[in-house]
Amino acid sequence: MNEAASKSTSGNDALTGGVERLDVEPVNKPEKRNLYKARDPIYPKRVRGAYRRLKWVIMVLTLGVYYLVPWIRWPRGPSEPDQAVLIDFPGSRFYFFFIEIWPDELYYVTGLLILAALGLFLATALFGRIWCGYSCPQTVWTDLYIAVERMVEGDRNQRIKLDRAPWSATKLRKKATKHALWILIGMATGGAWILYFHDAPSLARDFFVGRAPFSAYFYFTLLTFTTYVFAGSMREQVCTYMCPWPRIQAALTDADTLQVTYRKDRGEPRGAHKKGDPWDGRGDCVSCRACVAACPMGIDIRDGLQLECINCALCIDACDSIMEKVGRPRGLIAYDTDANIASRAYGGASSYRFVRPRVFLYLGALVLVSAIMLFSFTSRATMNLSVQRDRAPPFVLLSDGAVRNAYTIKITNRDNVPRDFILTFTADADFAVGGVGDGVINNAMNITIDGDETRPLRLFLTLPRDEIAAARLPVKVTARDETGIEASVGTVFLSEAK
Amino acid sequence: MSEKEVDEHSGVETTGHEWDGIKELNNPLPRWWLIVFWVSVIWSIGYWIFMPAWPGITGYTKGIRNHSERENVAVAIEALDAARADDTRRLIAAPSMEAIENDPDLLQFAMAAGGSLFGDNCATCHGAGGQGFKGYPNLNDDVWLWGGSLEEIKDTITVGRRSEHPETTNTLMMAYGRDGLLPRDDITALVDYVRMLSGQDYDAEAASRAAPIYATQCIACHGANGRGDKTQGAPDLTDAIWLYGGDRRSIYDTIWNGRAGVMPAWEGRLSEEEIIALSVYVHALGGGE
Repeated sequence: MNEAASKSTSGNDALTGGVERLDVEPVNKPEKRNLYKARDPIYPKRVRGAYRRLKWVIMVLTLGVYYLVPWIRWPRGPSEPDQAVLIDFPGSRFYFFFIEIWPDELYYVTGLLILAALGLFLATALFGRIWCGYSCPQTVWTDLYIAVERMVEGDRNQRIKLDRAPWSATKLRKKATKHALWILIGMATGGAWILYFHDAPSLARDFFVGRAPFSAYFYFTLLTFTTYVFAGSMREQVCTYMCPWPRIQAALTDADTLQVTYRKDRGEPRGAHKKGDPWDGRGDCVSCRACVAACPMGIDIRDGLQLECINCALCIDACDSIMEKVGRPRGLIAYDTDANIASRAYGGASSYRFVRPRVFLYLGALVLVSAIMLFSFTSRATMNLSVQRDRAPPFVLLSDGAVRNAYTIKITNRDNVPRDFILTFTADADFAVGGVGDGVINNAMNITIDGDETRPLRLFLTLPRDEIAAARLPVKVTARDETGIEASVGTVFLSEAK
Repeated sequence: MSEKEVDEHSGVETTGHEWDGIKELNNPLPRWWLIVFWVSVIWSIGYWIFMPAWPGITGYTKGIRNHSERENVAVAIEALDAARADDTRRLIAAPSMEAIENDPDLLQFAMAAGGSLFGDNCATCHGAGGQGFKGYPNLNDDVWLWGGSLEEIKDTITVGRRSEHPETTNTLMMAYGRDGLLPRDDITALVDYVRMLSGQDYDAEAASRAAPIYATQCIACHGANGRGDKTQGAPDLTDAIWLYGGDRRSIYDTIWNGRAGVMPAWEGRLSEEEIIALSVYVHALGGGE
């Protein structure tokens, strides 16, 4: 049993000026650090305040988006699914509202990931770990699980008491209810995940009658399990030990980054404060440890910036309510910068510098990548052409001494409707074009390709021996539809070097 | 046993083993390791029950799932055949192989099926791209010993050439020198005659001396003007393509030793629709007539 919990019943004597002094210790105290350490249970205490309200709003928004988006319909015509967001592996397409990504356009997804990374860099440089604190799935689901835990078992002190109490019917009922609710949330999470990969309504039907594909049940179980374990029992350990981001963030922030900070210039020297005592010659911190008790990571913000701190700002709300109670201004813990703390310690003023080289760097990169992606996306073709020259044999000698090269040409029609294409060859030599079947007329091939289809064609270029000017002749292959949309690919015509 | 000794520094019990004054601590196994260990043990018991596991003298324990990879493969192949049944039926039902080439869907299916069949069965001799080797015809060019139309290609694949199939063709190039049919001088003269036919440099005196020999010995198969005869598999001697080489030494070797390359018959080894798909594929390599 940990020290903090074992002393909690005797903590009533520590009342200072009407403020209860909580028996709680940070889990990462330097004196307690070991190479291997069993997890100290953390019982985050409920807080009320502006940041708590903001976190509720963000939780509702993010979870709402996650759980509901697969159900949004987006009609695309009879041949394609009508789900707004769908990762369709069997059909090898990614649908996102009006966007349809083919497998060969996966670089758009790479681009999105780059944008997300740059956005994260920029936000971190300006405001510290706001991603971790507000919108990371680990934070959101853990927050939800803690809320459920509080609903079933009560706030911090009741939970500690319940954990220390011997097993009883009440304890069993409470624990069972909590875990059942957690597993239900986990199942909803796993259930929503698989809806992104199949038509949501039909999958939901198939799922309950046992006719969904194996992969659906597999990922449902996996996501249920990871949600339950990560948000239920691992919690802050995921952030502290498993996630690389806390390490990376140190390289992204600087002294001017806004972070959740204990203003030690104002708080120190700390100490218990009796009602009516003067505030002169001492700091505002009354050592009530409300900030530590509120912390879901179980740390003490007053120890300064720490790897474990996810900047969730709950300690700000916790401290503000204490400051109001003792009649001191709010904001002893607040979003502030290292530079300001240092400046005020020497009597300087606070100043906020948002315009910094690294902000420009990240912003510039963000704008550049966005512009490239937007340009490439708006100018992307509704067709695709690929040409592969036969390599075995590289060329064929014919009976009259002429040379022939064979090409496998694939035309993709990305539209939903059939289109007619005309395929032509442009080169400095007078090639005879041939193909399989009757498609080639006047050295050009006419072909109709169904909507959403790729059609491979086999075509031949032949050149009489005495017209071969070089062993390697450049050839341009062009496919054009009736509306004039065209794509060209360069290839070569090979023959023996003279 | 002696009483347990506890290490002063760490407070952990020792195992009693000591080397050069260093004592081994009896630290407990990491919990995660123990969990994985016991889960594996429990898993293995379940595995023995459900899956084939223990070898015996005459067989092995089958497990209650009756799992068999061998049967799974058979089932998967059946399912694949069933999935292709539609296209396979259309291949056989097509009025002609020309019709297959003019139906884009069917052509795509035939090319895919033919491509993999070619890789499995034909590439050993004809090369991965059908480019051929000395003695094994290039299937990309426009020269066909036995004809390059879809039907002729199909016939060659079905019955083979000089194969063991009862309907195969057995005509061959005789060994004029080895079997003593012609004296050496006549053969060297014929080499020049053949080079004259194919437009290569030749000795005019030797060629004119060989003209009557050609007219008596070669004309039956290769024709008066050397254009060959596809019904006998006799090659055209006037074109630029040489199966065994067009230099003096190769031509001499061909006439002296004769040639009788073998194409095996595939009827019985490949199904009707496989032979159709293969014929279309070979025809579409580029040389098809």
